[in-house]
Amino acid sequence: MDLNLDAPHSMGTTIIGVTYNGGVVLGADSRTSTGMYVANRASDKITQLTDNVYVCRSGSAADSQVVSDYVRYFLHQHTIQLGQPATVKVSANLIRMLAYNNKQNMLQTGLIVGGWDKYEGGKIYGIPLGGTVVEQPFAIGGSGSSYLYGFFDQAWKENMTKEEAEQLVVKAVSLAIARDGASGGVVRTVIINSEGVTRNFYPGDKLQLWHEELEPQNSLLDILNAAGPEPMAM
Amino acid sequence: MTQSSVDLPPKGGFSFDLCKRNDMLTQKGLKAPSFLKTGTTIVGLIFKDGVILGADTRATEGPIVADKNCEKIHYMAPNIYCCGAGTAADTEAVTDMVSSQLRLHRYQTGRDSRVITALTLLKKHLFNYQGHVSAALVLGGVDITGPHLHTIYPHGSTDTLPFATMGSGSLAAMSVFEAKYKEGLTRDEGIKLVAEAICSGIFNDLGSGSNVDICVITKGHKEYLRNYMEPNPRTYVSSKGYSFTKKTEVLLTKITPLSERVEIVEVAGEAMEE
Repeated sequence: MDLNLDAPHSMGTTIIGVTYNGGVVLGADSRTSTGMYVANRASDKITQLTDNVYVCRSGSAADSQVVSDYVRYFLHQHTIQLGQPATVKVSANLIRMLAYNNKQNMLQTGLIVGGWDKYEGGKIYGIPLGGTVVEQPFAIGGSGSSYLYGFFDQAWKENMTKEEAEQLVVKAVSLAIARDGASGGVVRTVIINSEGVTRNFYPGDKLQLWHEELEPQNSLLDILNAAGPEPMAM
Repeated sequence: MTQSSVDLPPKGGFSFDLCKRNDMLTQKGLKAPSFLKTGTTIVGLIFKDGVILGADTRATEGPIVADKNCEKIHYMAPNIYCCGAGTAADTEAVTDMVSSQLRLHRYQTGRDSRVITALTLLKKHLFNYQGHVSAALVLGGVDITGPHLHTIYPHGSTDTLPFATMGSGSLAAMSVFEAKYKEGLTRDEGIKLVAEAICSGIFNDLGSGSNVDICVITKGHKEYLRNYMEPNPRTYVSSKGYSFTKKTEVLLTKITPLSERVEIVEVAGEAMEE
C-alpha cells in the first residue's frame, strides 16, 4: 500500500474563484492528503487575509499556511499604515512577492486571491506555482482543476448574478470531486461583495450525483448490519 | 497515442512489481533490510467540557522495544498538553522548548497561555526545519477562548479538528473515532472512546503497544491519568526472582533512598512590589 504517513501534507485540491456582477465567489473542496491517506477530510482551504480579501490555498499544506500567515500579517500592518482597507491587488501582489522570491526555497503552493474593494469592485487573481500573478474573470487551481477547463469554457459567462455564480462554483467543485481522487469531502464557498462576506457549506451527501456515482452511505456499518440472506438449510 | 511522460499518481492496493527482484536478490545472498518504524498511536478529542488526549507507551528502536512505558503526553502549560509521535528526541526537544517559551510569555503578558500561541510557536519552528525535525504532534488544551485541538505535521502544516489521530497507529485509531465519535460526549464516554482508540492502535499496530495514558483538560482543571489502562501485563514472573551466582559477594543489604539525606527548605520570597 502506498501509505507513506511521513509524506508531506499536501492538499490535492480543487479551488475556484469567479467574479460576478457585484463581487466574487470563492470555492474549494476539503480534502488534505498525506500520501494516500486522507489526513483531514474537512479542512478549510479558503483563508481570510483581511475583512474583504480571502485566499484559496492548494499545494503543500505547510507552505500555503505559512505564506497566508505572513501575508495576513503584512496586510494588517499595511491597513494600519494606509488608514483604510487594503485592496485585492495589493494582497495579490504581496502573495506573489513571497511566492516568486522563494522559488529557490522549493515553495510549492498555488493560490487564488479573491476579494472586493471600493476601487475595483470584485477581483480574482491567480498565482500559480512559479509566482506569476494574473488577473482573471475566473480562476481554477489544484489537481482537480484539470477536469474543469472544458467545463468553464462552456459554462462561464460574464455578469452572472450572485446565485448563478455560487451554483456554478458548487457544481464545478462537485464535478472535480467526482473525478479527482485527491479532492473530496465537502464544498465550502465564500461570497465577498460590498455588503460583506458570506460563508456557505455543502456537505458531501447533499451534492448532486454525477455519471455512475453511488448514493452516499452513512457508514459501512449500516451495510454490514443490514439483514443478510437466510442461512442455507441442509 | 502521443508518448508523454506523465507522473502517474501511485495506485492504491498492493504492487507486486518488485517481489521477483527481491527474490532474486535474496537468492544471491543479500539480507532483506529490517523494518524501521516510528511507532506510536496518539489521539485527541473534544468533549462537552474540554479536551481529552491519549497515547500508547511504547518507544521503539527499529524492531526492538526500547522503553515499555514511556511518556508521550508532554506538558506545555498548566492548561495545555501535547502528544508527540515520530523521533522521540525531536518531540521531547520541541515540546520542552515551546513549553519554556510559553512560560516566559506568561510572565511577560501576565495571562494564561493560549493553545493557538503554542500552535504558532511549534509550527514556525517545524516549518523552518522543513520537515527534518520529525515531530508529529497532537496539541490540546482549554484556554480563555474555549477548548482547542490541533494536529501539527513535521513540515509545519496544522489542522484544527474535533477529533484527531497521529502516528503509525493513526489509521487504526481513526477508524474507531469515525465509527463512534459524536459531539457533546460526557467525560466518561470520552475517556472510554479515547482508550478504545488507543487500544485499537496497541493491538493492531506493531509500532504501538503497552499501556494507555490519558490526559483530561477542562476549564481550570487537568487530570493526567498515567497508565490509565494496562492491557499488556507481564503474564509470567518467575517466583524465584533473580538469583545471583554463588560466587557473588554481598556487601550491603540495606538500601538508603537518597531523598532522605536531602533536606528541602522552602524560603518564603518577598512579595513583588507594584
